[in-house]
Amino acid sequence: MIEELLLYFCACTAVLGGVMMIVLRAPMRVAMALIYSMISLGGVYGLLHVDVIAVFQIMIYVGAVMVFMVYAIMLLDVRDPSFVRRYSPQLGAGLVATVLLALVLLWSVHQTAVPGTAPSPARFGVQPFSVAFLAEYWLYFELTSLLLVVAVVAAVAVVKARSASHG
Amino acid sequence: MDKVSFLVAVSLTLFTLGLLGLIVRRNLLVMLMCMELMLNGVNLSLVTFAQRGGNVEGTVMVFLIFIVAASEIAIAIPIVLLLMRHRHTLDAGAHSDLKG
Repeated sequence: MIEELLLYFCACTAVLGGVMMIVLRAPMRVAMALIYSMISLGGVYGLLHVDVIAVFQIMIYVGAVMVFMVYAIMLLDVRDPSFVRRYSPQLGAGLVATVLLALVLLWSVHQTAVPGTAPSPARFGVQPFSVAFLAEYWLYFELTSLLLVVAVVAAVAVVKARSASHG
Repeated sequence: MDKVSFLVAVSLTLFTLGLLGLIVRRNLLVMLMCMELMLNGVNLSLVTFAQRGGNVEGTVMVFLIFIVAASEIAIAIPIVLLLMRHRHTLDAGAHSDLKG
């Protein structure tokens, strides 16, 4: 019972973080709201007994991606006009389009039966996850390493392009 | 509303909030962060369905999405800094000539 209440609480705080991302002005505060939302989602994954994903959510997203993002924000000039004026001229159109999309998605989910009928929560520890990866999905695992190498090379190429264009 | 429907609704809300932020915000870095929020919404729905169905495929998919998100940020942030260097602003409107 307490677990269920905590799950609802974490999910609501994740949505609250998302709303704060739209409302807050300074990029650093937006980053903090996103970190808050991600940690709440990590709590949701933990309470759903998907422990591996909960750990990865904190380690990869909050620990790596968001630290990189915060580091990039600290490099920038806070007098930038986009730091002062929050919304683009597409505010009205964006609001209308998003509300319509949300209505369509909610309606389609409402119409569709939720797949799977397992009532007992399956616990995804490290072991079944690792076995599935190394036995069945090993190719995808290797491809992710290739993707990461390509991303690093691309990032270096972008940096090189920047230094070449400035002398 | 049962737990699965609630979590799917939360994931939809996160996805649409991310999309809204991507459309209405001005700052390129904030737009990137809103894309991350959209990915988080998708991840939540995948985990919910995987846990409901009792299979491991959904969690494998989420792990792959984590890697894709990390690669995306590794490439996107140098590009954003490059744009900042060229135009001295992160306002998306200042880069509107990129649309061709």
